Amino acid sequence: MSQLNQRLLYLRYKWSFKKFLAELLEKRWMDAIIPFVVMVTVIIVFGSQVDNYFSPMVLSMTARDFAEPGFVALAMAICLISGGIDLSVGGIFAIVNFLALLLIHVYGWPVIMVVPVSLLIGAILGALNGLLIGFLKTKAFLTTLVTMISFRAIVKLLNLKYATEIALSAKNNPYESAAWDFLGDGSLFGIPSDVVVLIIIAFLGHILLTRSRPGWHLYAVGGGRRSARHVGIKVERIIFFVYVISGILTAIGAVFYAARLDSAASETGVGLEILVLMSVVLGGVSIMGGKGTPGRALMGIVIVMVVMNALLRLGVNSAMNSLVQGMILLFAIGVDVKWLKHLYASIEKIYVVPTYLSLPKALDPRQGSGTVFEFNDKMEDTETIGLDQVDGPEDVILDRKGRLYGSVRQGWIVRFSGENFSKREIFANLGGRPLGMAFDKNENLVVCVGGMGLYGVKPDGEVFKITDETNRTWTRLKDDSRIRLADDCDIAPDGKIYFSEATIRYKMEEWPVDGQECRPNGRLICHDPETGITKTVVRNLIFPNGVCLAHDGKSILIGLTWKCDVLRYWIEGPKKGKIETLISGLPIYIDNINRASDGTYWLASVGLRTPVYDLAMEMPSFRLRMVKFVPSDEWLYPNVNWGCVIKFNEQGQVLESYWDPNGAFSHVTSMREHKGYLYLGGLHNNRIGRLKIKGADPEWTGPNSYWGNR
Amino acid sequence: MVSLIQGEKEVNMTGMLRSRLAGLSQEQIVFLVSVFFFIGFSLFIQGFASIGNFMIMLRNISVLGIFGVGMGIVVIGRGIDLSQVTTSAVSVAWVLKLMQDGLSIPGAVLLGLLLVILMGVINGYLIAFIEIPPLFATLASGICIYGFVRHYLLNLLNNHYVPESCKSFLVLGQGNILGIPLPVIWFGIIALMCHLFLSRTSFGRFIYAQGDNEEAARLTGIGIRPLKILQYTLCSLIGYLAALIMASSTSSLNVRIVDSTLIFDVVLVVVLGGISLIGGRGGVKSVIAGTILIGILLNGMVLINLGIAQQNLVKSVVLLCAILLDTFMHPSDEETARQGDI
Repeated sequence: MSQLNQRLLYLRYKWSFKKFLAELLEKRWMDAIIPFVVMVTVIIVFGSQVDNYFSPMVLSMTARDFAEPGFVALAMAICLISGGIDLSVGGIFAIVNFLALLLIHVYGWPVIMVVPVSLLIGAILGALNGLLIGFLKTKAFLTTLVTMISFRAIVKLLNLKYATEIALSAKNNPYESAAWDFLGDGSLFGIPSDVVVLIIIAFLGHILLTRSRPGWHLYAVGGGRRSARHVGIKVERIIFFVYVISGILTAIGAVFYAARLDSAASETGVGLEILVLMSVVLGGVSIMGGKGTPGRALMGIVIVMVVMNALLRLGVNSAMNSLVQGMILLFAIGVDVKWLKHLYASIEKIYVVPTYLSLPKALDPRQGSGTVFEFNDKMEDTETIGLDQVDGPEDVILDRKGRLYGSVRQGWIVRFSGENFSKREIFANLGGRPLGMAFDKNENLVVCVGGMGLYGVKPDGEVFKITDETNRTWTRLKDDSRIRLADDCDIAPDGKIYFSEATIRYKMEEWPVDGQECRPNGRLICHDPETGITKTVVRNLIFPNGVCLAHDGKSILIGLTWKCDVLRYWIEGPKKGKIETLISGLPIYIDNINRASDGTYWLASVGLRTPVYDLAMEMPSFRLRMVKFVPSDEWLYPNVNWGCVIKFNEQGQVLESYWDPNGAFSHVTSMREHKGYLYLGGLHNNRIGRLKIKGADPEWTGPNSYWGNR
Repeated sequence: MVSLIQGEKEVNMTGMLRSRLAGLSQEQIVFLVSVFFFIGFSLFIQGFASIGNFMIMLRNISVLGIFGVGMGIVVIGRGIDLSQVTTSAVSVAWVLKLMQDGLSIPGAVLLGLLLVILMGVINGYLIAFIEIPPLFATLASGICIYGFVRHYLLNLLNNHYVPESCKSFLVLGQGNILGIPLPVIWFGIIALMCHLFLSRTSFGRFIYAQGDNEEAARLTGIGIRPLKILQYTLCSLIGYLAALIMASSTSSLNVRIVDSTLIFDVVLVVVLGGISLIGGRGGVKSVIAGTILIGILLNGMVLINLGIAQQNLVKSVVLLCAILLDTFMHPSDEETARQGDI
């Protein structure tokens, strides 16, 4: 294939719309984009159909009408978010409206008293729902349906008794306080009073829901009640308060309604629950719970109010109106159900986007090939340490006292000490998947923890967090500020910790998928303990794995697993900040890199390149089809079963290779030299290996090499 | 340790209470309560204990009972059909209008039947294929259907009468056989048929399986989706029969009945008798037990001249008690509860 052709292929797969789309759909604010578009469309369409729709006078009146159901929509939204529903809002609305009018007109209470008492009534009615649904665990839908009927019945009874009295006293004794009038038709800076209050409450509600502990608990309860209960959230109490708040919000709307219309008709609030339910679901508050914000609820109510208003003004009859309402409701819920059901599936479907990678022809590792990679039996005499006592020691390291540490799958650091490493203890429990390790100047063990970030373990076993966040790339859609898969680390003489993050697009256990994709998703990050600042220093690396400080302390060596390259990143000297390729196109997949006693470097290899997989790397569309249509255990995988350890020097020349003919240490992810021995770890091994190296310095240790003799 | 033992004791206490109650089935409890109310009303309400009133009561509750049998089928399958009353009422209103327009009785009834089956299938489709939760699907479809039929088929008229030319239609609801009002006999026949369907046919057993554990039923090879469509169609169909009898016995039908609390009475009858909303429990017997209790209660309330509002208040309290009893007897397992199951 010609150079130009390769270049074109590379460019063709470099940027992908599907990748952009997948990352876009992952965004939480995408849920709100559909209702937003609908809202804008509806306003434009109906605004142009109906005369004078946007004159300030009409607009202000419409806004005032919209705010009252707006409060009720907030109430409904919070119930839906909690995984419930409140159908009794219409009844509460009517009761509060009636009692507010009764208190102000018949009993002549001042507004300052009427408002809190009305809200209290709302809260009590809501508390009744909350008690039943939260503590007695009845189903929300039926319970609130029943309370709706009883609230309506109460309104009817109240109406029979007091309606004439209210009408008379409102007419004969016009106790019209300025405050009551202001509630009814006052404005602040030209904005109706109820709209002002609505916006303030929605804003505060948004902050409370998305930025506070109770808010998060609420989302947790709605999103997965069982999990919420398992993590110790007081589910019953939260649900109880949800309905209390729902009652209060509804009461606020009812007070404004009472002040505006002064009408005690018993039909008040009939059908309100359907209206607001329709609105909030249209706005993107899911009936499945755990999704939605006050802002979306208000968007929904704007849509519905605009449509209803327009239908009214176009002179559509009540039957048609109900048909349209039902259709909107069905449509909204149908879209909601389908959207939620298919969103994650479709993201999954388009998320993996393989790219083009052409690897140079590899040196032949077969016996008799005569190359430096020629298969041999140099690791035949490897001793076994801790057989079946470790589960996948990704990295191994030794301290000054000669104790051996392994980072294992259970999330522990296991320590072997004593004669022949016979004493095993769990040195620390990190929780995530510990990967690469390094000792700092103060003998703290710095550990990269997959899924968590960079952590430290003090010599006494105490775990502390170093960093789990870096600066975000603002030009990228995907939020890459969290560290997901810190892989290996090393520490510069000035104490700065350099560590690799293998991929930002996949989780720890999905690393083979990143291998299929082969995109530059990884990066090198630097943490400065003095300032506490974490910064990404090199972006767009293809699965950076091993990180090792050069012997002179002026550069960092980085091993790229799928690209089979070793890079050098300068941290000191004239080339500071520059990156260059040291070795390119090894025949093996690279894992960790560590120092050797003779001024060279050890490099662990998890597997061997194969011609078939190399070819697949040049055929992104083939890999895409495979990932899409073939179950994952049938994929063509890179060979990560048969690897080796190689040694290379400062100039990038490969000097030696070590192979294990027995297969026990054929999968090597890490090796450390210590006092003439090489210790071997592997991601899937059940043991640690120990190999005597010919000609190695019997006194050389890692900590001495980094931090000097002590 | 102490608290643990106390906790165990508590569990045992409620467990014992539950098992003691469970010794009696919910139908039996409801039946006992009905007897209690019956004796109480006979003693304290004048005119309650008379053959005439008894017949009126039976006639009135038959319609409710037939609606309840239809709803029961859906609730056993862990669904609910809030559009049942709407669907049947507007269809029968259309049937009456067709009769007024001069169509023969069988022709009108057949057209109404087609309409109601179509609506049942649509409900089933929304729930089985689009996977909208039944509560929402039927709530919304009810509103839709109400608007659609009133606008396109009924010319916005609410009250529909049985025309003079179709007086024979009235036999359906007003006739007697051996002094027993026909609606009661219809109720008996429909209840028996549904009982046989639910307990003796494989489709009936499948509905129980679906209500008990839908996923397991699907994995054993039951076609859940067609089964759901069948349930909602049956529910609409039986509701249609109930509405026909209702229209026939009163010679008219007002579609505003949709705005009344009839649908909640139906749910009340079903849940009260022991068809748990959790699904897979109860049967036609439960509906009959629930119907008798509600019939006695409604009749008593009418006799002591309670207004509609007061009646609703009492009914909602009773329904609330029924739901609480249901929750107590069949507590939903929080570990297997599914999201969106409200």
